[in-house]
Amino acid sequence: MAQTFEEISASDFFYRNRDIAGFTNPSRAIFVAIREIVENSLDAAESRKIPPDIFVRLSFEAEATAETQVYRLHVEDNGCGIPPRFIPSAFGQILYGSKYKLKQTRGTFGLGGKMSLLYGQVTTHQAAVITSSTGDTNKIYQFKLMIDIQRNRPIIIDRKVLINKDGWRGTIVEFSLEGDYLRAMPKILEYFKQTAMVNPYANLTFVDPKGRLYKFIRGTTDMPEPPKETNPHPYGVDVELLQRLIAVTDCNNMQDFLRRHFHRVGEITAQKFLEFSQLSPTKNPKKLSHEEIVKLSQNLKRYKDFLPPDASCLSPLGEDLLRAGITKELNPEYLVVHQRKPSTYSGHPFIVEMGIAYGGGVPKAGTFVLYRFANRIPLLYDEASDVSFRVISGMNWRRYKVQPDMPIAIVVHICSTKVPYKTVGKEFIADRAEVRREVANALREVARQLGHFLSRQEHVDREKKRISIFSKYLPRIAQFSAMLAGKERVPDIEKLLKSVQKYGAEEE
Amino acid sequence: MAQKKSKSTIVERQKEVVNGLKKLGTDIYNQLDKGVFPTIDMPSRSTENIAYDPVTRQYILGERMVSRSARNIRHVKPFTQLAWAAMFSNELTTKKKTSTLRDVYYSAQAYEMTFTDQQESNNIITDLETVTGFSREDFHIFPEERSAIFGDLTIGYTVPGYEGKQLNLTSHPDGVLIGPALTSSEFVSTKADKVIAIEKGALFTRFIEENVHNKHNALLISCGGQAPRQTRSFIRRLKEELNLPVYILTDGDPWGMHIAQVIISGSANAAHLRDLNTPDAVWSGVWASDIVEYKLPTDPLDDVDIKRLYELAKDPRYQNDPLWQREIKMFLKIKKKAEQEAFSRYGLTYIVDEYLPTKLEAKESPGKTK
Repeated sequence: MAQTFEEISASDFFYRNRDIAGFTNPSRAIFVAIREIVENSLDAAESRKIPPDIFVRLSFEAEATAETQVYRLHVEDNGCGIPPRFIPSAFGQILYGSKYKLKQTRGTFGLGGKMSLLYGQVTTHQAAVITSSTGDTNKIYQFKLMIDIQRNRPIIIDRKVLINKDGWRGTIVEFSLEGDYLRAMPKILEYFKQTAMVNPYANLTFVDPKGRLYKFIRGTTDMPEPPKETNPHPYGVDVELLQRLIAVTDCNNMQDFLRRHFHRVGEITAQKFLEFSQLSPTKNPKKLSHEEIVKLSQNLKRYKDFLPPDASCLSPLGEDLLRAGITKELNPEYLVVHQRKPSTYSGHPFIVEMGIAYGGGVPKAGTFVLYRFANRIPLLYDEASDVSFRVISGMNWRRYKVQPDMPIAIVVHICSTKVPYKTVGKEFIADRAEVRREVANALREVARQLGHFLSRQEHVDREKKRISIFSKYLPRIAQFSAMLAGKERVPDIEKLLKSVQKYGAEEE
Repeated sequence: MAQKKSKSTIVERQKEVVNGLKKLGTDIYNQLDKGVFPTIDMPSRSTENIAYDPVTRQYILGERMVSRSARNIRHVKPFTQLAWAAMFSNELTTKKKTSTLRDVYYSAQAYEMTFTDQQESNNIITDLETVTGFSREDFHIFPEERSAIFGDLTIGYTVPGYEGKQLNLTSHPDGVLIGPALTSSEFVSTKADKVIAIEKGALFTRFIEENVHNKHNALLISCGGQAPRQTRSFIRRLKEELNLPVYILTDGDPWGMHIAQVIISGSANAAHLRDLNTPDAVWSGVWASDIVEYKLPTDPLDDVDIKRLYELAKDPRYQNDPLWQREIKMFLKIKKKAEQEAFSRYGLTYIVDEYLPTKLEAKESPGKTK
């Protein structure tokens, strides 16, 4: 039998391998679809420093199989909107998008949103409706789209232009998909709660298929600085990227090429590096041979004196917003947050932010509740494989007066230009030495402060107990001694009780 | 703290007890009234502070004092319990009611003065004894165990409802319980000229059946094993008030020997109290040398018995009479022990007709020869 070879498109590839993007089963699929579209909406609002207002509605359309139903998903945001000419490709073409430069974003490949639409199309054969306005014009554009999976191209079924009377700005994505909402519900609600925690400046509204309303109101309108786009750091560059940079550059010598296209490479660093790799500063990069490019990429990794990447391309939440978010969703009795200084792994900058919450609204679960976030996305699966879980489990908590049955929640946020996920599904952070060290240091810092709080607490409790013992017994001693001595009048012990209290207050 | 040396009658002693309790209450009251945290001082009952006193021939507490302060968070609860116990004892004593240690434990709950357990409430009563120098029986608090007496002694009751009534202790052939009503009685008259205290109830009953009280003109007391404090205190009164010599008959083993010793010299547990021991009482048997002399049926000494003998050999109470050490050595030598009942091999009356007269006449006796 003759073998047949055919080229497959990116859409086709993901259609055949949708497990990779997290669409593993009907329950997981509906969760991932909501998550991906909501994340795009959050990014769209944050890129313009607009406090996000996101409305999500999932409505029941029809029964599909014994366990699944067809739902219509409607996600509306107040983000930057999409210029009409980009709309079809942005939603109808896999691996097309704005997320290929180096800055911190929620998505990794610009894949998730389109995968959701693709999944909806293959399960329901219905078109998606995208409505958007950038707010600059008085027009709203509405596209009815499908994806030509084999060719990876959008098919525009309908296109409308509406009058934007109220100056609306944002994007509405609406499409049908098959899924199992009942089974997915706990994860979806948890997703919204945690998203609200790590995006305290966002309003999130969710109406579920039963018509139940879940509303998460923002606690602040302060927003973190949006990340700046940066060049790649030399340590993170491979041969393919080098070749692409050479193809697009207009520099005609190596000295300028290095300075222009690499992060934290200046005049002197470029000069020293070229000496190190025995390349002439005046050599035209476009004239490099294939072997020279390979050698250059190896040397970029081998050279020790590049400055570490700075964190301007990162957008951490910051201690204030982290505190606001945790307070808003958990309302703990005690909370301490800590942001580590930027660090790097393999040329990728990252920052660890950590919060530890005690008592109040924190559930007493018997173990610590761990909230994991990466680039402001909640990570809800595979907790036990996550580096943070391992660090927490390996910690000697007794040093910090922490007992395992205490109501404690730990919030870990890792932001990076490239979050070290172990899988494409954005589920857990790999156990890399650099990341582990930063997580451990952050945890130690917040645990130390919690330990101080707990011993202070213990002291206050002891004092309260002390005073209550005296107020319980002293009146009785007075009563019994009066009876014994045959006195009518019971001696006044108020002064003694006060002295105990005063003493207690001084000790604090 | 006050140690009372009392030869007064029961009624007077009760007055002293009530006054002692009232003084304790007034002390606490006055301190509180002055606006200071009250403290109570009492002799320490720790083992380092317990010493044998050759003069009183009993264990007594040394000079070391402890202080209970209501200022101290660890003391304030026991302090309150002590104040309550004093108040409760005062009620019992003035109203002439009796109570038991178990009863104290429950009564406290009526005042929301809960004790964690029986031991805690017992300890507080011991504290009260230490502070006042009176024993709990003086406060009308009695342990559960009872012993009995039989013989020609006429007593006059002081308990409510029986005031003025008299009883001769030969009235009932099982003997009369040594309980609160008896220990609070006044002695009216007796024809007896000695007291025989017996370790076990069975032999006590045999003695009554065999008419020992008449044959030997004696008051018979059943100790029921280790004699309860009220019985020890009663024996002392018989010696002090009626001047009757006291003879003690126990099993021929280290434990029986020690039962006699506690009647004679008191126990370390009651080192904070006086007037419980009878230093002139005599241990009449069964000695280790009797086992040999009378060829009694025996059991071998076990390890615990032997260990106990070595302990007793070092005990200061066993130093004042050579007989104690001689008998300890004899026990260790023969490595045997015998019960009082062992005499039955010579017939039911042998112990009464032969052994007892010999022992009562014996010149050599541990308590007397010095």
